This record gives sequence, C-alpha cells and structure tokens, in this order.
Amino acid sequence: MSEIATDLPRQQPASVVTEGGLVRGLLIAVAIVFLALFLVLPLATVFVQAFAKGWDAYLAAFHEADAHAAIRLTLITAAIAVPFNLVFGVVASWAIAKFEFRGKNLLITLIDLPFSVSPVVSGLIYVLVFGSQGLIGPWLIEHDIQIIFAVPGIVLATIFVTFPFVARQLIPLMQEQGTAEEEAALTLGASGWHAFRTVTLPNIRWGLLYSVLLCNARAMGEFGAVSVVSGHIRGLTNTLPLHVEILYNEYNFVASFAVASLLAGLALVTLGLKSLLEWRYAGDIAASGRRH
Amino acid sequence: MKGSTAIRVENLSKTFDTAAVLHDLSLDVRAGELLALLGPSGSGKTTLLRIIAGLDFPDRGRIVFGAEDATRLPVQQRAVGFVFQHYALFKHMSVADNIAYGLNARKRADRPSKVEIKRRVGDLLDLIKLSGFADRYPSQLSGGQRQRIALARALAVEPRVLLLDEPFGALDAQVRKDLRRWLREIHDRTGQTTIFVTHDQDEALELSDRVAVLSRGRLEQIGTPDEVQEAPVSATVLKFLGDTIEVEAIAQGGQVRVDGRLTPVAAPPGLVGPVKLYARPWQLQFAESHEAHLHGTVRSSYRSQGRQRIEVDRPEGKTVVVEASDTARLPAGRPVGLRILAGHVFAG
Repeated sequence: MSEIATDLPRQQPASVVTEGGLVRGLLIAVAIVFLALFLVLPLATVFVQAFAKGWDAYLAAFHEADAHAAIRLTLITAAIAVPFNLVFGVVASWAIAKFEFRGKNLLITLIDLPFSVSPVVSGLIYVLVFGSQGLIGPWLIEHDIQIIFAVPGIVLATIFVTFPFVARQLIPLMQEQGTAEEEAALTLGASGWHAFRTVTLPNIRWGLLYSVLLCNARAMGEFGAVSVVSGHIRGLTNTLPLHVEILYNEYNFVASFAVASLLAGLALVTLGLKSLLEWRYAGDIAASGRRH
Repeated sequence: MKGSTAIRVENLSKTFDTAAVLHDLSLDVRAGELLALLGPSGSGKTTLLRIIAGLDFPDRGRIVFGAEDATRLPVQQRAVGFVFQHYALFKHMSVADNIAYGLNARKRADRPSKVEIKRRVGDLLDLIKLSGFADRYPSQLSGGQRQRIALARALAVEPRVLLLDEPFGALDAQVRKDLRRWLREIHDRTGQTTIFVTHDQDEALELSDRVAVLSRGRLEQIGTPDEVQEAPVSATVLKFLGDTIEVEAIAQGGQVRVDGRLTPVAAPPGLVGPVKLYARPWQLQFAESHEAHLHGTVRSSYRSQGRQRIEVDRPEGKTVVVEASDTARLPAGRPVGLRILAGHVFAG
C-alpha cells in the first residue's frame, strides 16, 4: 500500500475540473480585488462620509422635517407597493403554475417587462398617461385628482418597477411542486381556499418571504422611475433616494451620506436575511436559478 | 350491499387537446370489490380513475355513484379516497396531521372533536402498522411508509370508494410485493370498494377480485383474474397479460392446424381460414421432429425465477421463448422441434 501511495504525485486529491494552484489563486485574487474596488470601497465610503463630522452631525441629518417626510413617504410607498405585488405575484404564479390556458407564455413575458425596461421609461409612461398633457390628464384635472407629482404617481411607478419580483420567484417554485398535493387536499374534502391556505401557502412560504424581501428593498431604493413622476417637491414627494440626491446637489455631503447610509443599511440587512433564508431553506426557495 | 353496483361508468368519452383518451367506455364497479384497471401507458386508465374521482371531467358519458349521478359533482363532495403514485403527502405536516387533514377540513358542524380525531388517527396508524410514527414528517419516512400514510389519510374520511393510481409504481420490487399483500389484507379487513390502476399484469392478477383490461381508451375485457387469463377475448388482452408466442395457423371445422399438423387448440365456431395462434412459453414442449408443430435452433437458455427458459430461432426469423419442464440445458445451435400443448386462436 505505502509503496503505491508514494508513487502518486504529491498533489492534493483535486478533482479533474480543478485548475492548478497558481491559476486558482490568481482567479480568486482578481475576483476579490474587483469586489473590493467596486463594491466594498464605495459602500465603506458612504459610512465614512456620513460620520465625517461626528455622530451629532450624522444624527442631525435625520432631525429635520424634510428627512422625516422622505422616510415617511418611502415607508408608505413600500407599505402599499409590496403587499400589492405580493397578492398579485401569488395570484399570477398560481394561475400560471397550476392552470393551462391560452396566452400563458405571453403573460410570463409581460410580467418580466419591468425588468427589461429602463426605470426612466417606467416613470415616463405614467407621466404620459396621467400627466396634465397625458392621455387621461385633462379628465383627472377636471375631477381634481392629482397623480403625477404626487404620492399616487410614486406608488404606481414603484409598483410597476417591483412588479416581477414575487411572481418570478414563485412561478418556477409552484411549477416544480405541481398540483398533486392540492388535488390530494381537494379529494379529502377541502375547499379551494382551505387547500390554498393549508397546503399551497405553507409550501411556498420561504420563497414568498425571500421574494418579498427583495421586492421591499427595491421598492424603498427605487430612484429612476420615482424621480420622473415625483417632481421633487421637498417635504411632499421626496422619497429617501430622492432626498439623498437633493442634499448632495446642495453640497450637504454629511447629511446626504447619512441618509444614504440608511439605505445602505437596509441593503445590508436585506442581504443578511436573504443569505440566511438561502442557507436555511434553500430547497424551499429555489426551484430554478436565482436571478436577483 | 356487497356485490351490488357501487359505481357505474356509462359511455365515457374524453379528449385531451386533439388526442382521444377514452372512447365510449362503460363498466360497473361492485360494492366491496378490489378492481384493477390494467393497461399499458396511454390506455386511459389513469384518466378514467381521475374522472371517477372528480379530478377530471368527461366530454360525454356519466359517472353514477349508487343511485346518484355524480358526473358534475365537485371532487370535495364525492367522498372518494385518492392515493397518488408519488404519495402527495403534505410535506410540512406531521404524519398525524396528514392523516387528520380530511377530518380537520370539514365544516365545524361535521367535524369530529379533537379527541375523536386523535383516536381515529391512532386506529389508522395501528391499521397501517406505523403506530409510533405520528409525530414524524414525510421526509423522515421511506417510500413504502409514505404510501401507507397516504392510504391511511385517504381512509380517514371513510370514503365510499378508494382510488389508487399506480400506488406501488415508485417503489422498489421487494417493497412493492410486501405492500401488495398488505393492501389485499387491508381490503379484506375493511371491505372497502377499491379501484387501483396499474400497468403491471402480475400486480393486477395477484391482487384484484376483478381485472378491467384497457387498451387505447377502450375496455377490452373485464373479469376475474382466472377469466381474463383463461378466456381472453382478444389478442390484445392475451398479449398484454404475459409473454406469448405468435404462430400462423389454419382453422377449419373447429380444428386448428399449424404447418399442416393438428393441434389440441380448438377454434371458436365460425372462425375459418388463416388465423393466429397464441401460446404461453409453458404451453410448448420439446418434441420429436415428426410430431412437432414448429422447428428451430436453440439460440440460448437462461433461468428466470427458478424456471428454465430457452430461446429458439425459427427458420423465418422469429424467436420464440419456451419454458422447459426438464432442467436439461440445451446447447446453442441444436435443432429442436416444438409441440403446442394449448393456446388461443384469434382471427389474423
């Protein structure tokens, strides 16, 4: 035995697809340098800048009416957009995964649309429909309904942009799970709603939570589409990302980065929770590759 | 009640997209019987089962439960127990919750008390011999155990008929055999009217009171395992029920000749002229050349389930399999004669 063992080349028992040590090290180094340069460094800068003039200056950025308004508006927007997309996402994926109907592929493609459209366009389409020069703008003005440059426009644009998150996550998951469990529940006398509550929902809960998390992060962080429809009215139609931009343009760097650190913090928390879910419930979340 | 008609399937037709799956199919299911729906894949047997369950609906025809027309009755109101090939257990529920699901799903007024449900679940766990498993989860069980849980779950709602879709299809051979016997025992004990779908002839013949042989959406034959084996109504049934040897023959005056030589097989009245004779591997015997119906050379021999099987190449290119009563190994290449001892003839 020992004779044979010493004859073998003294290398690690590497699998056939593994490169040599040098190549491996180089590739890993390149990846790490890139990550540091393009992700970690900028993110760290946000916090460094935010605390450049100390803790008090940092906190002062939030003790301000406009900042309060921006936080409130961001929370309101997410509080409407996320549940809406949650319900829509579940309904759409249920329909797509469990039923056969004509135009199914078209529906899947349409759900993906917001991902492929530039956020500016997403905002503009609402201006073109609801704006004063828009399709139904005059009618809205007549009835004293303000959508563009107001909260409803911001909510609509946010809903549009975050539309695909839940549905895209759930469709492959539900398709993989098939309909046998639901059928079993129905044969046992359960109503459709009872079967949904006790069988379907528990089966998708972690995937649902995962997608809601990502949907929420995007809803709170969306800039482009919201910027177009918001009109940047301080204290009224500014969300957090827009508030950051305004402060920055006013050379108020500390306050700007302080507010930005809030969004960065949200991103980090989301990332942490997302990783936790992936690690803990990987099988329940992913039926196909994760796209986000 | 036993022996009376529990379910009547009347002139059922069903088309998926453009492919017809069931053609004008009718059959009766007797109360308390264990009926096998046997057929190759694509024969429509699973579709028929799903229509009886209310998981699919027919284009034409009726399903009658007792005296009640159930054709349009929603699945929840049919009181059927359905067991799926891949179990379809609720992954996130314990074994006990799985079994109790149907009882818990009832409206408050019809729902048994918690104590009563617990007792029923306990009884069913005893019945399927998994008493200690109430708090386990499906992922902690073997395939055979899962299928037993699925059966208990279906029985818990006291269905008027139990429907099993290839219940042993996903299990390995040994577990499959054990479960077969076990299902028969459960059936004998509960007297539950049961229909099960299978493509496995042995399973259908061993387990059922009656077998319905389906082919391309039509009912070929229905009868006891003995009836369908001893008196198959068509070559399709005969061929599907086991290995067969197909031989050209001539029928005349009730007699059948192969290669000009008389066989002991009787032709049905009216069948005259060129026919096909079908025999099982054990209905052939090695014989001297002058009394043989068939001739050929030994290609190979092997043992299958304790029996000696010999492959014989016939001059026209076909290979027939013979089951030899003697254990003598015949060397490859030896010319042999075969004599037909029994068989069936159908019009060619």
